[in-house]
Order: sequence, then structure tokens, then C-alpha cells
Amino acid sequence: MLSCKEVARLCSEEFERPLGLGERTALRVHLMMCKGCTNYRIQLGTLRRAMQAYAQGKAGPDDDPTPKSEP
Amino acid sequence: MTNSRHDHAPGATPSDTMQGISAQELLSLRADMLRFAQLQLRDHAAAEDMVQESIEAALRKSSTFSGQSTLKTWVFAILRNRIVDHLRQASRTVNLSSLVDDDEDWQERMEAMFDERGHWRDGPRPAAWPDPETSLQSRQFWAVFEACLGHLPPATGRVFMMREFLGFESDEICRQLSITTSNCHVILHRARMKLRACMDTGWGRPGGASC
Repeated sequence: MLSCKEVARLCSEEFERPLGLGERTALRVHLMMCKGCTNYRIQLGTLRRAMQAYAQGKAGPDDDPTPKSEP
Repeated sequence: MTNSRHDHAPGATPSDTMQGISAQELLSLRADMLRFAQLQLRDHAAAEDMVQESIEAALRKSSTFSGQSTLKTWVFAILRNRIVDHLRQASRTVNLSSLVDDDEDWQERMEAMFDERGHWRDGPRPAAWPDPETSLQSRQFWAVFEACLGHLPPATGRVFMMREFLGFESDEICRQLSITTSNCHVILHRARMKLRACMDTGWGRPGGASC
């Protein structure tokens, strides 16, 4: 059984390498039972999207008139 | 999927445009470009240079601007490429001792977010944020975001932004810094954790006291 601390690390590692089958399973089971880690993982995803948008000069409401959807 | 081009501002005169790009419009992006470069480089002079060179390059290459992306997106791509080239020069990499300092500072606070069994303590336990799509359109979100990035420890922040802003693979970052892959992943993990905690305090639950 993974601890939240270990899950937080895996949520970051996901961005860096493909997780092994065991890791993926343990992660999924933990997330089903843990709201805190589920929020954590969603928020890392939000931050990653924010980083990418910022690096493309798309920060802010008035700066980018193009539709939000990617082609 | 339209091919419509709107790179000509309606009132633009030939004197202030080069191949459809107005120098004035480029200069209006300068402050945003500078903030971005400064966050990544933590070196004001270098950031000024990169931005200046990028604006010049944009004017030189203005004929390649298709109008399919916004001018800002296009110029930011030029700026990112300049910064990548700059960082790839070996002499400009982060020095390792500062990475260690960053780590010591952060380690304790990270430990404190979890109890002895490694579960979230009540205060730091992540609660849901407002809808991400709305957030990314919010001026407040971006103001806090910039501030939080600025608060990352310098070396950690630089590694993290190399990864997320500039799209370096973590393998290349590790090679540049001569550290192991797992060390590199730990640095990125801590950067994400710290950025998230900062966003949580400053934006995700405003008013909510988080220890």
C-alpha cells in the first residue's frame, strides 16, 4: 500500500518516465481511495498546462484571442 | 482550419510594419518576454540580451510569420529557442552546490506536509481548485503563478523551467548537470510540490489558512 508521500512522487515521475505496471496499479488503487492525492494529481496537470501556456505567451485573458482548443 | 490571415492591423501604415509585423506591436510584448526570460534565467542582463536578440530576429524573419498563430506565440517561440541555445552552452549550467542548498531548505517543509505514516496532514492535504479552464483565463491566477515561480529556489526553479518551459527532456538536464536520473527526478518532484503548495496558498484557496 503506497503512502501519500510516495504517490505524490509517482505523480511527478509520470511526467518523466513511463510507470511500471506495478506502479500504475498501486497508483490507481490509491487514487480511488484518496481524495487528497487525486486533487494533487489533477493540480500537477493544471500546473503543467499553465507552464506550457505561459511559455507560449498565452498567459492572461486578453493576450490570446485564438480559441482554447488545440488543433 | 481556415487559412485567413490577419497579420495586418487594419490601420497599419507601411512605415511601421515590416512584412506585416509592426515593430511597435513587437515592442509592446517586450515586458512579457522579459518577465519570462528573467524567470528562466534569473539573470537580468542575460534576459535583456535574449529579448533584444529575439525582437531583432523576429523583425529579420518577419516574412516567415504566417499569421496562423498570434504574434506573441510566434515571438515567444523565437525567445524560447534563444534561451535553449544559451542554456545548452556548458558554461551556463546551474552549479551543483546551489542545488544542494535548495534541497536542504525544502526538505524539512516537505516532510512536514505528511504524518509519520506518509499521509497528508489535514492542513496541507490538497483540496480541489476552481475549474482549470476558467483559472487559465484569470489574471489573478497568472499573477500568483509568476510570483510562485519567482519564489522557487533559483537552481531548482531553473531545472524545473528548463523541463516545463523549454521542453528539455530530463535526461538531457541530468547530463548537463552531471547528476543521476533519480536525483534529477527528485528535483523536479520537489519543484512541482513547492509550486503547487504556493499556488494553493496564494490562489487555490484564498483566505484559507494553510499552516
